[in-house]
Amino acid sequence: MKHIEFTIDGKTMTAKPGQTILKAAEAHGVYIPHLCAYKDLIPHGSCRVCSVRCNGRIQAACVQTVSEGMIVENDTPEIHEFRKAILDMLFVEGNHFCMFCEKSGQCELQALAYRFGITAPQFPLLEPERELDMSHPDVYLDHNRCILCGRCVRVSQDLDNKNCFQFVGRGHRKRLKVNGEALAETDLRVTDAVVASCPVGALMKKRVGYAIPIGERHFDQQPIGHAIEEKNS
Amino acid sequence: MKKITIDPLTRVEGHGKVTIHLDDAGDVKEARLHIIEFRGFERFILGRPFWEVPVIVQRLCGICPVSHHLAAAKAMDRIVGGEQLTPTAEKMRRLMHYGQIFQSHALHFFHLSSPDLLFGTDGSAASAFAAPREQRHVLAVAKSFPELGRQGILMRKFGQEVIQATAGKKIHGTGAIPGGVNRNLSVEARDHLRKDADQMIRWSKKAVAVARDFTMDHLLEIATFGAFDSNHLSLVRPRDGALELYDGVLRAIDKDGKTLVDGLEDQRYLEALSEEVRPWTYMKFPFLKTLGPQHGWYRVGPLARLNTCRFVPSPEAEAARIEFQAVTHQKPNNVTMAYHWARMIELLHAGEVIRDLLDDADLQGEDLVTQGPRREEAVGIIEAPRGTLIHHYRVDRNDQVTMCNLIVSTTHNNEPMNQAIMRVAQDTLAKKPEITEGLLNGIEVAVRAYDPCLSCATHAMGKMPLQVQVVDAHGAVAAERIRSHELDAP
Repeated sequence: MKHIEFTIDGKTMTAKPGQTILKAAEAHGVYIPHLCAYKDLIPHGSCRVCSVRCNGRIQAACVQTVSEGMIVENDTPEIHEFRKAILDMLFVEGNHFCMFCEKSGQCELQALAYRFGITAPQFPLLEPERELDMSHPDVYLDHNRCILCGRCVRVSQDLDNKNCFQFVGRGHRKRLKVNGEALAETDLRVTDAVVASCPVGALMKKRVGYAIPIGERHFDQQPIGHAIEEKNS
Repeated sequence: MKKITIDPLTRVEGHGKVTIHLDDAGDVKEARLHIIEFRGFERFILGRPFWEVPVIVQRLCGICPVSHHLAAAKAMDRIVGGEQLTPTAEKMRRLMHYGQIFQSHALHFFHLSSPDLLFGTDGSAASAFAAPREQRHVLAVAKSFPELGRQGILMRKFGQEVIQATAGKKIHGTGAIPGGVNRNLSVEARDHLRKDADQMIRWSKKAVAVARDFTMDHLLEIATFGAFDSNHLSLVRPRDGALELYDGVLRAIDKDGKTLVDGLEDQRYLEALSEEVRPWTYMKFPFLKTLGPQHGWYRVGPLARLNTCRFVPSPEAEAARIEFQAVTHQKPNNVTMAYHWARMIELLHAGEVIRDLLDDADLQGEDLVTQGPRREEAVGIIEAPRGTLIHHYRVDRNDQVTMCNLIVSTTHNNEPMNQAIMRVAQDTLAKKPEITEGLLNGIEVAVRAYDPCLSCATHAMGKMPLQVQVVDAHGAVAAERIRSHELDAP
């Protein structure tokens, strides 16, 4: 198979035809921060955290495929600030209280905030009124923490072959909804792949809480992206 | 009636305003410690998943978060039917709690109170056991009494390290979960703590001696300073009435030691206690139902606990308690300033308990969580450093909290603090509605003896300045003085 040559931050790399920038970079041990991209799901390009400058234009690395001679800027001060602003907007438009959130230490949004050195919001908090859906016996949905990444929508459809979640509304009115009046009315099961797919603390298994001690949680062990960057070291 | 207001009150955890009310003759009729902030924890945890509660409620306070963490966890144990904890879980929590008692008592004594006890004892009326302003901090203690100051700081650090080893963080950890704990004690953590434990006990004995000597050297002044008779309430160990800070039954006695409540299981606290609301403060007034709001109020905390318990179940602290009790001829001690001595006896006890627990192999057990039949309502009571702490919850079938009632230590001590202020005002004012430096100091020292955490008591946020007003019989402010910070000019 013919390989495509391209550069990330001046370093020449190869990609398979049709491979996205995100996947090609990861294969070479270059971590591009991302949130909505998840395992082998068809990429979505909704969160824009993986934005890179690609031949001079800002593109989402999770959906943009590599082309011959492509010049990708990933680890630059400009891209860093761009991603930081996006992460910050994800925080301020929801109600994220890391200090008592049970996802703390396992949360990809929090881990990215640590990686980007975000200690306080740079934008005003919107403090929206959001609902908590505790109707399901084994799983709950806390809209306060939802960042509309769409992982649950896609995992439920593509991996669980169900249709428990959908987006409604557009623009700033866009919201995650369940297929029914409440989560209990969907055919969601606690064993479904979707339950483990949420990057934040929005879709959570009930009554697990803080079972993993501080110090042993996923991102206590190593910062986000470490596993990919390790390949490069 | 005239009213004197003192604001702000410094070196207490929180925010306070004091008004002193005079009658037509100009005598002090009443004193009120006003709590004017409101935080509303009881309201905003409604609807949240019950397993979040032990972690959320500890945000009430940065000084004794473990107390809220454990009181809520004890309630949630019952919600999941897991109140019969495994030995590892029970001992891990006990270790966390006694670590908390140790660090909080060390903080209060060395950082907040010791300047008064060490520098404010020249016997002049103006001092009222209050250190000169420029010496009212732990650094002054460290300068004049370097060994004592250093020990105080290291003792607090040790308590914090016990908390870190059991909860994952020194402040706001996650060790207790409904039905158990999320970790055991690593051998490394055990060995790290164990090597210092005996030193901590030796230093605690020195602290007991400092508090004892202060008390015995000033027995006459202390006997009347902010002193008043009261009932006393605390948990005690069920089978023998021993001092018990993590889990026990309620016991209340009157000023002479007569039993008012005994062996009352924590789940039934409402049979004995009720709360009165007064319009001028957000802090409620709890009382023993059998005696009513006027006579049923009581003290809690170290002094009350040493009065209600039959003995302290660790040898060094028990010896100290016997010495403490000899002063009042085995009767309850009703002297406000005796809190300091009592607190240091508990510090010593906590040190002994920590040392003995560290030698217990159950702490390295693997069986961490237990569960049983679900319940919809539960109470968790613990003896926090400042006194009895009650958490009461209802949880619905969807796992959401539908009711929360918190009665915290400082709330129990609400009326006692008012009484202490009134006594100080009566002794100092002498019919002149003038807020002197002596009055300000006296009020602060008396209130501080209770180690109040006003942020907890109203679940209030922020730092607490002190304002004092004297109000006459017609409600007019006769005098007012505001102190924004202890180092500011008056």
